[in-house]
Amino acid sequence: MRYARWTVLGLAGLFFVLPLGASIEFSLRDKGNGHSFSAWRQMFDVPGFTDGLVTSLILALGTMILVLALMIPTVAWLHLRLPRWRRTVETICILPLVIPPVALAISITGTFGADGVVGKQTPWFFTPITLFGQQILPILLLEYVVLALPFTYRTLDAGMSSISAATLVEAARNLGASWPTTLLRVIVPNLRTPILSAAILGGAMVLGELTLALLLFAPTFPVWTINAGAQADPKIGVAASMLILLVSWILLMMMSLLGSHRPNKLARRAAR
Amino acid sequence: MTVAVQNVDTPGVNPAAAPRAVSSGGRRRGAGLIGLAPFAVFVGFFLGLPTYKIVVGALHGPDGSWTLASVRQLAHDPYKDALVQTVKLSLYTALLGGALGLAIAFAVVSSTSTLLRHVVSTASGVLAYFGGVPLAFAFLATMGPQGLATRWLVHIGVHLERFQLYGFNGLTLVYLYFQIPLMVLVIYPALEGLRPQWFEAARNLGASRAQYWRFVGGPVLLPPVLGAVMLLFANSLAAYATARALTSGSIPLLSVQIANTLSSNVGPSQENLGYAMGLELIVIVALAMVGYSLLQRRAARWAG
Repeated sequence: MRYARWTVLGLAGLFFVLPLGASIEFSLRDKGNGHSFSAWRQMFDVPGFTDGLVTSLILALGTMILVLALMIPTVAWLHLRLPRWRRTVETICILPLVIPPVALAISITGTFGADGVVGKQTPWFFTPITLFGQQILPILLLEYVVLALPFTYRTLDAGMSSISAATLVEAARNLGASWPTTLLRVIVPNLRTPILSAAILGGAMVLGELTLALLLFAPTFPVWTINAGAQADPKIGVAASMLILLVSWILLMMMSLLGSHRPNKLARRAAR
Repeated sequence: MTVAVQNVDTPGVNPAAAPRAVSSGGRRRGAGLIGLAPFAVFVGFFLGLPTYKIVVGALHGPDGSWTLASVRQLAHDPYKDALVQTVKLSLYTALLGGALGLAIAFAVVSSTSTLLRHVVSTASGVLAYFGGVPLAFAFLATMGPQGLATRWLVHIGVHLERFQLYGFNGLTLVYLYFQIPLMVLVIYPALEGLRPQWFEAARNLGASRAQYWRFVGGPVLLPPVLGAVMLLFANSLAAYATARALTSGSIPLLSVQIANTLSSNVGPSQENLGYAMGLELIVIVALAMVGYSLLQRRAARWAG
């Protein structure tokens, strides 16, 4: 059993690390046969680097907050009060996955842009606003929330199914807790792992998303990466895509470690 | 939104619920639905309207009149072939990715190392969205003709001439690079929900390991596993950036065709065709959801 576990993990590690290693090796290649960090150093000098990075981080954080604020109460409500509607909501939540990003981008412009379905005027969320010194397009943030729905729903739903939510809520309600209190102090602490997973997926999605940002003309980091690779040097493009992977991984790792340091470690040990 | 409309009426038609609704449940059920209002408004606006635009676009001609011309074109090649290839690729990567992802998630959940758990779950989150040109490049740099792994293998005398990274099998392999992490991430909470106490209780009552999985673990895990595989299937249907970068169109997937018709300036008639293919993808998923619902019902009976 133990050998099987390490075999699985070892093979998986190989499959996932090799392509990244090969990419990094390519980005380090120098003229001739040597290796150097020149592409990684030049990357920071290509205009737009910091702006793109900060824009993407703001969008990632905003998406995480909005999608959780929308979906935690919704999924909890579905499980406790409207279990019949779960399949319907699940079906709706899977839709964003299947709509091709290109089609979504074009139809968003057709829907909310000038002379679209909504009206002659461009709505407020279709013009950029300034947030932390960066131009943020609200519609991009809102559509990222939509794109985050499938995984958020699935992870939260799986989490809700695995805790005996009805009993917990009944107990809390009988002890006089209001609905918001029950949600924040009973449901949320019990859903820590799924909430973290959902936030991680949402954040990672935003940090890597290209098509929508490109077609809605938002200067995010992935868009910058493509331009830098095309205009400057393919090695810089590869280095930048590896960098964003690394940065998102470190950020998520920090979130994950911080999010799990809670006193009920003891309680869990006692339960085992 | 066709998908949603089918299911909306089901709570009302249920005969068992009707009498209660008349006496006192009516007001309470109305109050219950209010809890869904924020979700409904948000999704209706930012997902519903663009979807509506796609559906309407699919059923219109370039002159703005209603027509089925674009939809009819889907039955002919190259669009028919694109449908077959797309569904095949999605099915393979969903099943393979589901099985391998489940194995990895099991390996992680059964270990006592919390660090391993953090590393795998966060790495999965990042890799589940790794795609497009960087992913295609990473595999070329590894398994392309001059790739790192290829050179190593040649060095030790192994030649993989029959394996084509640009072909269907190559694309399947590359898709697994984001499908497996997605499976790990989505199924992990469900595995964590399997209490060790259940296993202990079953063992104390004299059940074998196999019996535990047959009567306890399996039935509990089956619905979330099915849901996750369904998600993987949908996930690869519309993925296009990777396929386009890797195969440059030699495998005519629907998503690539859609991008071709919508992002190039071939004219408005092509735009309707692009929307029609978008509608086709939505219909495929709706059908898959129906099949999945039936499977879930069987799974529930097994557990019950």
